[in-house]
Amino acid sequence: MNKIWLIIQREFLNRVMKKSFLITTILVPLIFPAIIGGLIYVAVKEEKSAKPNLVQVLDESKKINFEDTKTFIFQPLNTSLEEAKKTYNLSKDFALLYIPDFDINKPEGMVLYTKENPSIEKVGDLESYIQNKLHDLKLKEYQIDEATLKSLRPRVSLKQFNISDTGEEKSSNSGILYGLGFGLGILIYMFVLIYGIQIMQGVIDEKSSKVVEIIVSSVKPFQLMLGKIIGIASVGLLQFTIWIILITVLSSGTLAYFGLKMPQKQMMEQMTKQMDNNPEVKEAMNQQNSMINEVLGNISEIPIGKIVFVFIFYFLGGYLLYGALFAAVGSAVDSQQEAQQFQFPITLPLLIGYMGLFMFILRDPHGPVSFWLSVIPFTSPVAMVGRIAFGVPDWQLAVSMILLIGGFLLTTWIAGRIYRVGILMTGTKINYKVLAKWFMTKV
Amino acid sequence: MDALTVKNVSKRYTNHTALDSVSITIPEQSIYGLLGPNGAGKTTLIRIINQIINSDGGEISIFGERLSPKHVEIIGYLPEERGLYKKMKIGDQLLYLAQLKGLSRSDAHARIKTWLDKFEIRDWWNKKVEDLSKGMAQKVQFISTVMHEPKLIILDEPFSGFDPVNAQLITEQILGLKERGSTIIFSTHRMETVESLCDHIALINKSKKILEGPKKQVKAQYKTNTFIVEHRGNHFTLPLEKYEIVKQEILEDDLYSTTLKVADNIKGNQVIREIIDLTEVHSFQEKIPSMADIFISLVKGEGDEALRKHLLEV
Repeated sequence: MNKIWLIIQREFLNRVMKKSFLITTILVPLIFPAIIGGLIYVAVKEEKSAKPNLVQVLDESKKINFEDTKTFIFQPLNTSLEEAKKTYNLSKDFALLYIPDFDINKPEGMVLYTKENPSIEKVGDLESYIQNKLHDLKLKEYQIDEATLKSLRPRVSLKQFNISDTGEEKSSNSGILYGLGFGLGILIYMFVLIYGIQIMQGVIDEKSSKVVEIIVSSVKPFQLMLGKIIGIASVGLLQFTIWIILITVLSSGTLAYFGLKMPQKQMMEQMTKQMDNNPEVKEAMNQQNSMINEVLGNISEIPIGKIVFVFIFYFLGGYLLYGALFAAVGSAVDSQQEAQQFQFPITLPLLIGYMGLFMFILRDPHGPVSFWLSVIPFTSPVAMVGRIAFGVPDWQLAVSMILLIGGFLLTTWIAGRIYRVGILMTGTKINYKVLAKWFMTKV
Repeated sequence: MDALTVKNVSKRYTNHTALDSVSITIPEQSIYGLLGPNGAGKTTLIRIINQIINSDGGEISIFGERLSPKHVEIIGYLPEERGLYKKMKIGDQLLYLAQLKGLSRSDAHARIKTWLDKFEIRDWWNKKVEDLSKGMAQKVQFISTVMHEPKLIILDEPFSGFDPVNAQLITEQILGLKERGSTIIFSTHRMETVESLCDHIALINKSKKILEGPKKQVKAQYKTNTFIVEHRGNHFTLPLEKYEIVKQEILEDDLYSTTLKVADNIKGNQVIREIIDLTEVHSFQEKIPSMADIFISLVKGEGDEALRKHLLEV
């Protein structure tokens, strides 16, 4: 036991004391927001500084009333198409739009001439602009005014409540649950994959540097494997904890600075001004306020304690289950390249859990596929965590947890048997038959 | 008390037998040479003694106790394939390995310091193995094997990778460890090492032990009562029923070297007495087979007669 502790210590300190650990741990939470922030900043700046494009319009139908927008300035022409093309060619304008006389029920024959290939976005903008104009024309034709049209499409938002067995009502919001399930599921998937591969890498290093023979002359191979798995898990937990703390502090800090303070003040000022002279806006504001309150209410309704517990349980359970398999693969091969052929089969069930998260669990959390994915030990770490926020019956959770414990005991046992033979074997051509043989041998 | 006794130990794999009922006895405070060609089963035996793998049957006792996991702390093992953590500092690495052998941290610290001093590499504590040359890394590896002053030290080809100066240094340390009470098992192919260091040997071939005993005794066993005489003047006649001239060569003008095989009951002194009047004797010595000779002839699987013949010819 004491020796396992020594191994855990070495695996942990050896990774944590490295400069690269310090750098990734501190930079990752900084880099991503910085990149995203930078991109948004540039995009916003570009949009602001972008000049509207000049579009020459040859409208033979005379049906559309072109008004300048933020992105386009329209310049009507009164020549033939041939002549218009010529003048357009000489100009530096963005495009030439040709609109023939058309039937409003079947608008055809409109052409956009440009010198370069314009972006889809711009063409789309122009298309929707024309569509809106035709829409207005039709409304006029049917003699419908804007107000009537709006009253035809009232806004509905369903308030959701879960009725539990005791008849207690709980309000819920699938949007929040979706986000929560999505985030936690991906977090587990990433953790298992990143640190599982680190275990494999560590085992390969020990094997190829031959130091393993010295170590196993002092400790049992199984102790070495377990020590390594636990040591790397503590590195991962530490790293994730630091990330979560840093991201929370940074994002709340940034939000407090940019997101909430400044624009809100401005918005409030604007709104109060508008509210005074516009009852419609006032109504919308009230609606929005009640929605925000509802969301906040829903968040407080989610059983955070239970989710945190379940998350940590599956986080560790899934890691231990796959970690042992990664260790076995590392012990069997002589190099990283050789490991790839075995790496795929063991990451496949993890990948299935990950895909299942999107395809089934988030769409239909209580369907049969979701049930099985969240109970089978190989997919349950990702699947159950994705599902837990939607409310999982206790018996299902219990079955899933027991199976996961059984699952990692089983994989650790199998992996241990392969590992103890594999670490001392070099230069063997590995296939599944050989692995099976190793599993069966007495050592 | 014997340091280690191995009784009828076997190890079988699906396709071959690595050890076939091997028994050896290693006396305390001896330097014991474990010899054998590649693939004979030496490494398997060593791994079994280190409890890295288990035997299929047989018994092993170490200093009178049945071998069990607690004994890893009194064994030091230098595997043939050397290996250390490449990116770990030498001091930390030795501390780690010493603690795995059951030393306390402070104890380990003190002993490592002493050993680094002995090898005059005190300032290596913060160096990484990847920055060392192969020979330098070997020194560290040797320290890692002996720093806990194990009662049983198993060295697999300890001199490979050392230059003569360092090999001498290591030899001195090995002898020093023996003086302080350790028993040393050498697994090696280098016969000059065996000749100069070992006092006991065992020869393993094709997973079986074919020879064991004190080195002197083994050599005596394969003695053929052959003498080499250097003399001036070619002609001398000896009673042919007792003496056989195996080989005669000219060294210089009138100087000859003659190899004489004599009957088993005749001692060296008698031979001298017989030939001293026949020729001008320059030197006289008994021809004792080298370990290399014994090794090669036994491994080649020659019968006893053929073996004797081989030993005569070399």
